[in-house]
Amino acid sequence: MTRKSLSYPYLVWMALFILLPLGLIIYYSVTSDNGGFTLEHFSRFLEKDYLMVLARSLWLALICTVICLLLGYPAAYILASRTLKRANMLLVLFLLPMWMNFLLRTYAWAFLLERGGIIYTFLQKIGISDPPPMLNTQGAIVLGMVYNFLPFMVLPIYTALSKMDHHLVEAAYDLGATPVRVFGKITLPLSMPGVISGITMVFMPSASTFVISKLLGGGKQMLIGDLIESQFTIYRNWHFGSAVSIVLMLFILLSMRMVNGASEADLDRGKSREKRRRRA
Amino acid sequence: MPEKLIELQHITKVFDGVTVLDDVDFYINRNEFITLLGPSGCGKTTTLRILGGFEKPDEGRVLFEGVDITTIPPYKRQLNTVFQRYALFPHMNVFDNIAFGLHINKRPKDEVRQRVMDALRLVDLTGFEYRHVDSLSGGQQQRVAIARAIVNRPQVLLLDEPLAALDLKMRKGMQRELKEMQQQLGITFVYVTHDQEEALTMSDTIVVMNGGVLQQIGPPTSIYNEPKNRFVARFIGESNILDGIMPKDCLVRFGGAEFECVDTGFAPDEAVDVVVRPEDIYIVDEKNGHITGEVISVTFMGMFNEIIVRADDGFEWRIQDTGSRPVGSRVGLIVRPDDIHIMPQPKDSTEAVEVNVFDADAAEEAFAEELEPDPAAMEDKGYDA
Repeated sequence: MTRKSLSYPYLVWMALFILLPLGLIIYYSVTSDNGGFTLEHFSRFLEKDYLMVLARSLWLALICTVICLLLGYPAAYILASRTLKRANMLLVLFLLPMWMNFLLRTYAWAFLLERGGIIYTFLQKIGISDPPPMLNTQGAIVLGMVYNFLPFMVLPIYTALSKMDHHLVEAAYDLGATPVRVFGKITLPLSMPGVISGITMVFMPSASTFVISKLLGGGKQMLIGDLIESQFTIYRNWHFGSAVSIVLMLFILLSMRMVNGASEADLDRGKSREKRRRRA
Repeated sequence: MPEKLIELQHITKVFDGVTVLDDVDFYINRNEFITLLGPSGCGKTTTLRILGGFEKPDEGRVLFEGVDITTIPPYKRQLNTVFQRYALFPHMNVFDNIAFGLHINKRPKDEVRQRVMDALRLVDLTGFEYRHVDSLSGGQQQRVAIARAIVNRPQVLLLDEPLAALDLKMRKGMQRELKEMQQQLGITFVYVTHDQEEALTMSDTIVVMNGGVLQQIGPPTSIYNEPKNRFVARFIGESNILDGIMPKDCLVRFGGAEFECVDTGFAPDEAVDVVVRPEDIYIVDEKNGHITGEVISVTFMGMFNEIIVRADDGFEWRIQDTGSRPVGSRVGLIVRPDDIHIMPQPKDSTEAVEVNVFDADAAEEAFAEELEPDPAAMEDKGYDA
């Protein structure tokens, strides 16, 4: 058997379960009920309410990604540090919540945050007589997203950091760089591939989630995921749902393109400088 | 008058209960090419890392120009290191790698450029400044690593087996270049290697280490010609090492014969280790030899033949000679007085155990010899010269 023939099962899989559904979504998004070509679903999306949903989704996903990065990078850095004993056990602890069902984890937060819940009672006990509502807010949604997606940020950064040759850090120290500069000039740039995958892996599910906003946002904060879900399950308007999916997909592609572009510009600074010099 | 630049005072280092450096104490002169030589695990790299500031000794101090730098972090030391696997920054090109230290020290742009270009010229890499480090060969990466260190004009350059990853021919060339560079720049080189030949050809001073213990310090000629103990003799070049007895000054008995020698100062009839280098033995006709035996193998080694002669007392002599003798023939061996090197025998078994780290056969031999004192030595006790 040649290597090429070994790939056929995957090609079939991809055709059946990736390309075909994608084609169907595109087909539904540009057709009307009677099967004729139309762009009305896309133009319908341009209404202010729908655009607000999209903007809110991207905004919350952005906040969630930034928080995950700020929390996840130091965590990954500590986990990957060479002096840390039992780093593996800590890593397992970090991933432990992921072994639990996603819905269950999110429900648990609803119980913690609700009026009269554990946190509410605790706040009252320490003297805050009328704690502000916590459940069904954007904050609760972001909290739920960060809680669920943080490991996706930690893992790739941890992998990038632990793969890094420690001698590079020593070499930088040796050449006179203080710990802060070593981090800025060596550790951070070399862990960028991990950061990029982390951002991708957190941003994408955050932007399209619908369960978290439903459970922790109480349906008051409609996200684009909820919109798509409702079009397919409640309103049975597959055409509009497909169009929204396409829009979301385009926006995610665009954001990822921007993130990658920024990081490549960062990494290739040396190369582009080289080109400029050659031209000069 | 050489000037002491660095002093290591009674350095002891323990990793996980294993003593890797045991009271190591020596100094390094300014502009010296000093080599730490020993088998793997002897503590030479740890010594270098303590000098670089990457490890802190558990006991002892490091003085730099008389100032205690034991706890000073690496980025505040006036030393630069060439790492064993080069440790070039993969996200920077050759120019930025070399300029790293200068950028950190905020040198003006023109000066950075000038100094990087000078360093590139010195390591013969002019025109490579914008190449990506991954696109360079091992030898070129090595040169970049050296340029990256010397561009900062350190007082001391620490080199951790910098040539270990290169092939033989390239290694020879780099050895010569490094030595020239050291003389040209007037920088103190502290060089770590397990290659005794490299140490002998390049160094002003060699520090032989084994099992975390300093074995001998001295210029290459004295390390080679006057090894202090069996370990040094075995590690530096191939040697014939025999048990002997010194009946009196300038007379030694070994291999079943008495030889004139040049060593004095041993107690009468003291048991000694005798070292004879393979190139210092002359093969003559049987009737003219001090020692007689039978040729049991001849191996062509290029420059010379390695001839093994089993003497009548059973000892197998290793001889290097440009001539040859047929296998199975009877020959005589002659050793000149000043080619006989005499060392006191180790007093306890620790040195024999240390040999173990490097050469299991040698250790076994050493143990066996210590367990069975030479009967001749017992008989001759009380003899007064």
